[in-house]
Amino acid sequence: MNHDRYPDSYIRGILNTVKTIAMVGFSPKENRPSYFAFKYLLERGYRVIPINPGQAGNEALGQTIYAKLGDVPEPIDMVDIFRGPQYAPGIVQEALALKPRPQVIWMQLTVRNDEAARLAEDAGLKVVMNRCPKIEYGRLSSEISWIGVNSRTLSSKRAQTLGKGVQRMSLGPKSSS
Amino acid sequence: MTDAERIPGFSTLSIHAGAKPDPTTGARATPIYQTTSFVFDDVDHAAALFGLQTFGNIYTRIGNPTCAVLEERVAALEGGTAGLAIASGHAAQVVVMHALMTPGDEFVASKKLYGGSINQFNHSYKNFGWNVVWADPDDIASFEKALSPKTKAIFVESIANPGGVITDIEAVGNIARKAGVPLVVDNTLATPYLCKPIDYGADIVVHSLTKFLGGHGNSIGGMIVDGGTFNWSRDKKYPMLCEPRPEYAGIVLHETFGNFAFAIACRVLGLRDLGPALSPFNAFLILTGIETLSLRMQRHCENTLAVAEWLAKRPEVAWVSYPGLPGDKYHALAKKYVPKGAGAVFTFGLKGGYDAGVKLVSNVKLFSHLANIGDTRSLIIHPASTTHRQLSDAQKVQAGAGPDVVRLSIGIEDVADIIADLEQALAA
Repeated sequence: MNHDRYPDSYIRGILNTVKTIAMVGFSPKENRPSYFAFKYLLERGYRVIPINPGQAGNEALGQTIYAKLGDVPEPIDMVDIFRGPQYAPGIVQEALALKPRPQVIWMQLTVRNDEAARLAEDAGLKVVMNRCPKIEYGRLSSEISWIGVNSRTLSSKRAQTLGKGVQRMSLGPKSSS
Repeated sequence: MTDAERIPGFSTLSIHAGAKPDPTTGARATPIYQTTSFVFDDVDHAAALFGLQTFGNIYTRIGNPTCAVLEERVAALEGGTAGLAIASGHAAQVVVMHALMTPGDEFVASKKLYGGSINQFNHSYKNFGWNVVWADPDDIASFEKALSPKTKAIFVESIANPGGVITDIEAVGNIARKAGVPLVVDNTLATPYLCKPIDYGADIVVHSLTKFLGGHGNSIGGMIVDGGTFNWSRDKKYPMLCEPRPEYAGIVLHETFGNFAFAIACRVLGLRDLGPALSPFNAFLILTGIETLSLRMQRHCENTLAVAEWLAKRPEVAWVSYPGLPGDKYHALAKKYVPKGAGAVFTFGLKGGYDAGVKLVSNVKLFSHLANIGDTRSLIIHPASTTHRQLSDAQKVQAGAGPDVVRLSIGIEDVADIIADLEQALAA
């Protein structure tokens, strides 16, 4: 996988498939980017599990915060890394030790570590780096177009509403369109 | 057509970028959301919108779905990451500077600019404590000499009004990069069809949509395009982008929004608090104009070259300044930056001087004598007695608006008619 540019079908496929996301480096402070992404993804129907050793046992938006990936008592589909790129290999190792293994390693904006990516890809996982799932969901659902962002998509099909709530869009069909 | 591997062509983007059929009604043309406000689900939804935690519409002063289509359209055409529609090009410049400057700061600007921008920089900006330092685009080293520790931006026009000056964007961009400041390029006269400044090192592009983008002389509008190329957190020079914002409970805009943070800052700090929102109806008309941008610009450039060549042979004409002409001072730069055509705005000098200029603008019957450029209609003006009247004589000459100068904005009428009108007006 070329990690400089991802086809929209690759990103859409991941966001349409994963249901449970573990957010490593989650901050409960409401003005932090991880909190923004956490809230946004929860509202769009994802199960999001916050991981923060200093906050273990507390709750955020009704979700229990865990100290580490290994403590999460349910299967995780995607590990979302909100920590510096130097921590990525270690987090991927933790992810690979989980049973069952996650299918996706996702690293946030400015987080890119090609060594960690190779580790995950060699084990059969999909990897996304230097992207934010909130922004990618926003792009592919057309929500982000409301704030003038170049979604880099082009379609003659109607965008689909999520079905609950005003101004909430879904990602659309599972195939790229 | 959403595969990131295949990028649609310019004409396709002009029609489709930013627009999808309306989800509720299936309406294909962009609806005109002539509404001031938008309902919330509940208080939590409202709080999330106001706090920037979710995307959506609140109030047309901050954002509007019709304007949003226009924003994405122009951003896509320029190759930027996001756009922000503003009520006018002038206001777009104020919103950009408001995001970059604090009182006492400086910015370097090319002295070859639209007279309205020169006035804005020399006069209005003083009220905010923003200080312009002028540089000469014909002497690139002058930009470097104009820098100081207080410099926060460099501003140029790609094709400069009125006289068809082409700025060496790449060279200025290199100076901006070394100085750690963003390069702002006003791309109004070129439009992204002729030139994409972001390809040459621009970090921010501004437009007067009023001109060639809208193209039909019916709507005033402005646009800010974020190039997504500048690192706002590097030197901590730009508190609007790299400091926790008190207006938003301490979020750091660059960290939260990445490569479209500048456009967001302009929207949620500038547009929101200063208020120059674009009317949704204007946005609709401008969007419709943009759909034919390629066709119009091709015809504008063909016509203009023919008119410039014709004028160059006239006995009444002392000189013609159009970069499309082979002998022109800026011809080489034009071949590099605007290879498809040198635009539709140029100046020429009448041997009869000031009085001949005034007489010419009175005698035309097809050309419209008015202060605008970039209309389907051919336009004429004598800058010394009108648009540049408020400048000193020295500034007028510096800006390419001396007493003998006539500025034309060639339209997309039949070129034979355009030339016939000039012929009869010169002879009258």
